[in-house]
Amino acid sequence: MSERLDVLKTYKLVLNGAFARSESGRSYEVTAADGSFLANAAQASRKDVRDAVVAARAAQITWWRATAYNRGQVMYRWAEMAEGRRSELVAHVKWAEGLTTRAAQRSVARAIDRIVWYAGWTDKASQVLGGANPVAGPYFNFSVPVPSGIVGVVAPQESSLEGFVEAVAAPLCVGNAVVALASERRPTPALVLAEVTVTSDFPGGVLNVLSGRTGELAAHLATHEDVDGLDVSGGGEWSDELALRGAGSIKRVYRPRAHDADTPLRRLRTFVETTTVWHTMGQ
Amino acid sequence: MAPLRVVGDRDRGVVIPTVITVPTIANEVELRRVLRSGRGVDAVGVESRVAKLGTRSLKTATKRAAIDLSIAMVDLTTLEGADTPGRVSSLCAKARRPDPSDLSVPAVAAVCVYPDLVAHARRELGDAPVSVASVATAFPAGRASLEVKLLDVAEAVAAGAHEIDMVIDRGAFLAGRWGQVFDEIVAVKAACAPAHLKVILETGELVTYDNVKRASWIAMLAGADFIKTSTGKVAVNATLPVALVMLEAARDFAEETGQLVGVKVAGGVRTTKDALKYLVVVNETAGAAWLTPTYFRFGASSLLNDLLMQRRKQRTGAYARPDEFSGD
Repeated sequence: MSERLDVLKTYKLVLNGAFARSESGRSYEVTAADGSFLANAAQASRKDVRDAVVAARAAQITWWRATAYNRGQVMYRWAEMAEGRRSELVAHVKWAEGLTTRAAQRSVARAIDRIVWYAGWTDKASQVLGGANPVAGPYFNFSVPVPSGIVGVVAPQESSLEGFVEAVAAPLCVGNAVVALASERRPTPALVLAEVTVTSDFPGGVLNVLSGRTGELAAHLATHEDVDGLDVSGGGEWSDELALRGAGSIKRVYRPRAHDADTPLRRLRTFVETTTVWHTMGQ
Repeated sequence: MAPLRVVGDRDRGVVIPTVITVPTIANEVELRRVLRSGRGVDAVGVESRVAKLGTRSLKTATKRAAIDLSIAMVDLTTLEGADTPGRVSSLCAKARRPDPSDLSVPAVAAVCVYPDLVAHARRELGDAPVSVASVATAFPAGRASLEVKLLDVAEAVAAGAHEIDMVIDRGAFLAGRWGQVFDEIVAVKAACAPAHLKVILETGELVTYDNVKRASWIAMLAGADFIKTSTGKVAVNATLPVALVMLEAARDFAEETGQLVGVKVAGGVRTTKDALKYLVVVNETAGAAWLTPTYFRFGASSLLNDLLMQRRKQRTGAYARPDEFSGD
């Protein structure tokens, strides 16, 4: 019998609920932690960033219009579907981060558990971040958190799956749409997890994941006026510059701190706006 | 506005005589003879040609000039049953100053409304360099008697319309009564003076490119100042291949008679990318003489905002927020 030919997967962008090659037609080689060839991945261009933002804007309205309870179900579905591809995720995390199998298994388990944890937050964020305010008059006064809109995420460069989940699940669960740049050298775990969202009842475009050169794409994400929030966790030495560029269109910016036990809640809080509503009590 | 850098017409072999000699058509036999004298349209060739032209990319200064030219070519249109004077007022404000935060943006060519709103649009525009175009002749279906159509035109002209967008009788055209179509256009042309006449072919209903070419010639022979693709009210609106066929007809007509007839594409042009593709096709088919609002127009509403967004992107380097530009 002749030797079987390899069927190698080229990792595509997850854009508007579909798998897309880069508009530019470019791709780049992704290597494992030991330097060996792992896969080819699409290398997104600034126009892919633009297209992703357009898709995210349309999807965010649908996503936020869904009930918080429903968003929780969809995010839980994401975790269920990810669980089904656990062995694939473990393999990719192991290759990408150079971990032992056991360590990679633990990392994937933590990542999936984290999605479940954020799924729970969908209908609890408004209690924790909002509330009824006492006012001097016969009125109800509520502070209600509403999503910022579109959050641009420069995902952490080292932690290819766990870091990615933290960065995208938090803004998603409070009703934002996300355009994320996966880790430049380790994009495959994030792309596999994003593929899962296409079959998890997410409205197409709620989570868009682009692989490519962070240095090339992040600036366009930061200056795009239709992006409302920016997570610069994976910006490295460019983090300050990106935050500065985001200021041009008054974005909410999340920057990691060295010692911060409050990180998940701080992310949730960063990507919501507080709306205050007055209502007469009636007699 | 920086001029577009274009190759001269001579290089494409388009030679337009200086003396205008439009043949007078005495009867339907003569009309048929003229229409049959041309060659049929090579459908595969047309489609591959636009596919090829569509890959051309305009960059930097050329792109900026093309965006400004496209803005100046827009007929800002609202043709809804729900149109109100208020809506037309805001449309007019937008037409004269598309981006209030940037005074270097040119005004659009015209606003296009139903006849009953023409007078209101004229009042709103005042002495701004923006024309008022009105659809007429029982738009969009054109299913009314000639008397009713002419009355419709007369009212729009009396209300002050500078341009009349008429629809042809597609039923008559498809039934082969070309003479009737021709006569109607001649009658409307006479009734709409001094306003300019745009003739809507509704190419989405004409089925073949040969028919598009034939209808274009009928309209031009009957005295149209513009031939226009569509009403925007049917499933298929302006497409690049159809625009190419019409531009070729306009070019051939100009070469034969010395008379330049404008082309307007309407419906379905929503993005800057689409608009620039049309400009490339205009330049490569008819020539630079047509690259002016006098001879080429976009009938559109949402296109304008995309042009403004792309214009800002060119200027600031950052993608703009759609909310920054007024809706319609």
